Amino acid sequence: METLKAKNKETKKTTMKISGAEAIIHCLLEEGVDLIYGYPGGAIMPVYDELYKFQDKLTHILARHEQGATHAAQGYARVTGKVGVAMATSGPGATNLVTGIADAQIDSTPMVCVTGQVFRHLLGSDAFQETDIIGISTPVTKWNYQITKASEIPEIMAKAFYLARSGRPGPVLVDITKNAQLEEFEFSYEKCTGVRSYKPVPKPKVEAIDAAAELINNAKKPFIVFGQGVILGKAEEELKALVEKAGIPAAWTILGLSAMDTDHPLNVGMVGMHGNYGPNVLTNECDVLIAIGMRFDDRVTGRLDDYAKQAKVIHFEIDPAEINKNVMSDVAVLGDSKKTLELILPKIKENKHDAWHNEFKEKYKVEFDQVINDQLNPTKEGLTMGEVLKEINIASENKAVIVSDVGQHQMFACRYAKFNQSKSNITSGGLGTMGFALPAAIGAKMGAMDREVVAIIGDGGYQMTIQELGVINQHNVPVKIVVLNNEHLGMVRQWQELFFDKRYASTVMTNPDFVKIAEGYHIKATRISKRENLKAAIEEMIAFKGPYFLEVCVEKEDNVFPMIPSGASVSEIRLK
Amino acid sequence: MEKETYTISVYSENNVGLLNRISGIFLKRHVNVESLNVSKSEIDGVSKFTIVIVENNENARKIVGQIEKQIEVIKAYYHKNDETIYQESALFKIKSSLLFDERQIQNIIKESNSEIVTVSREFFVLSKTGRRNEVDAMHDLLKPYGIMQFVRSGRIAVTKEEMPISALLKEFNQN
Repeated sequence: METLKAKNKETKKTTMKISGAEAIIHCLLEEGVDLIYGYPGGAIMPVYDELYKFQDKLTHILARHEQGATHAAQGYARVTGKVGVAMATSGPGATNLVTGIADAQIDSTPMVCVTGQVFRHLLGSDAFQETDIIGISTPVTKWNYQITKASEIPEIMAKAFYLARSGRPGPVLVDITKNAQLEEFEFSYEKCTGVRSYKPVPKPKVEAIDAAAELINNAKKPFIVFGQGVILGKAEEELKALVEKAGIPAAWTILGLSAMDTDHPLNVGMVGMHGNYGPNVLTNECDVLIAIGMRFDDRVTGRLDDYAKQAKVIHFEIDPAEINKNVMSDVAVLGDSKKTLELILPKIKENKHDAWHNEFKEKYKVEFDQVINDQLNPTKEGLTMGEVLKEINIASENKAVIVSDVGQHQMFACRYAKFNQSKSNITSGGLGTMGFALPAAIGAKMGAMDREVVAIIGDGGYQMTIQELGVINQHNVPVKIVVLNNEHLGMVRQWQELFFDKRYASTVMTNPDFVKIAEGYHIKATRISKRENLKAAIEEMIAFKGPYFLEVCVEKEDNVFPMIPSGASVSEIRLK
Repeated sequence: MEKETYTISVYSENNVGLLNRISGIFLKRHVNVESLNVSKSEIDGVSKFTIVIVENNENARKIVGQIEKQIEVIKAYYHKNDETIYQESALFKIKSSLLFDERQIQNIIKESNSEIVTVSREFFVLSKTGRRNEVDAMHDLLKPYGIMQFVRSGRIAVTKEEMPISALLKEFNQN
């Protein structure tokens, strides 16, 4: 903090004497925040009192559970690229934030959480609603800090926003004791521009760029796998330029989806456990694997000792700790993805790899005949999740923001949704948080009011945060909610069918009447179960001005394929 | 990959929560911390953690990567034993009567290069600084006579190679 002080000294603003609680509002306003999600309670009440006074400048949305507040802040952050803010009281309020914080940490989402805390003199005394949220949140935050006196507020809040958004983004938690909220002090605010022990963006090395360019230029079968680093780095145009100039087939991780137009001829699909057949199998046939802003998650790589062993690996990455963590790279290009791609582009020779690209197309044909066609153009009686996505693509002209929850429907959504705009696929990738989608869709919609936001949710995950319908009702948030109801915890059921001899332990759900529940929240709601009604229902939903709930009763025991079984190699991907 | 002893040196800001953050990294990977020492470093206002683990090289590298990623960590290094100069300290509390009753005790004190820190009617305290095996050897020799209390510190170490922290901090101040 000393160093921060040193850096801020020169530009001194006029100061004013205000309470810590009011200072927190000013800090948020200084950081450009105009929307936060949260839930009040005893230890944060002074801040809420200030929120009341500042409601013309700063909108607070009352979530129905603090977890919902974090996911809404995440949805907002993912769609806007700005820092999402969630607020809660001490004790249970704070612990209820933890799932969302962990989700933001593993998916690198910029978020600042502000929690109230008991008075400083009560800390450690097991006071009412006291919990050690700093201790609890430490493993799942990029940084956290407990403020115990008002004078710390401006510096810590400035640092919190700076750390949340810079470098590889992540969640920051600031815990503020009640006495610090009540104390008055001379307030002045300076944005944080650096922390001496923190290097957010490594400087790209020319040698690494040259080595990478040489490998790419000499490659016969180069293959790009891009992740969310492209979106976070705003490097979508540079990625496209690289792909097109060098003629390299490119595939995406689940969080990289929408960084490149899904209909681009060189976009060959998704890698990973339920990714496309070609990108997975051909990972083990390429000669140069170019990973851009991705972290070789186990769901992407399958068994590591049989992952791209034949290939030279180039890893474009902002976080040095990711280099050689899971997959050893031959060339590590450290730096911000936009910068490193800009640097390498002039060194890349124009090229085409038609024969190699054709291998992806041929694999796609195999996958289409054995898997995709049955999903998109089914002949069986029950509705498939794939055809629902297809109709949403058509009705929304591939322009919607798709927010998916976790499970089978998520995989179908990511496999079949089409995008022609970045920051459009919002899902819980790393943590796999059921209950993410409904609140995240609220945040996404409020961050992009001009866009269509469609939440795709399973009947299981929907019931984990269903209470957030209250927010949609109260604020008339025009999200479109599609529940794909198969009356099962589908993904777990699929694993039970395939790997546990069909012992369906606790995966059958007796569901409530979802339409009535939505109607109870005054949300227009429809249920369909027949194919002949699907198109019209989706069209009506997309055309509707205002929140809309659509329940689609789908095939009960459908499976997501292709699939790389746990512990198998990408080459061992199963089509059925 | 074979496990070896690694000394991890972490230069950091002096921050209350950092120890918790760093220990969590070991916990997550089920890596036992053999010893841990926190002190000031050669640079004003910069703390130094010295952590000893027994691990293979790859895991040691990854752990250090995760440590260095923490916001308040300026730089972290890891070294093998032959790349560092390292010592531990130990204190032995022993009954004073043994000094007179057991001739051998005085020989042990002399031969082990240990120091008598204090002597009272009831007990005396020996201090020994050295490598782990030297401390252990002395412990083994004294044990038959009865040790009232024993404590050994974490390892402290300096490296043979340079650790250019000052340059890193200078670079920040210039930017």
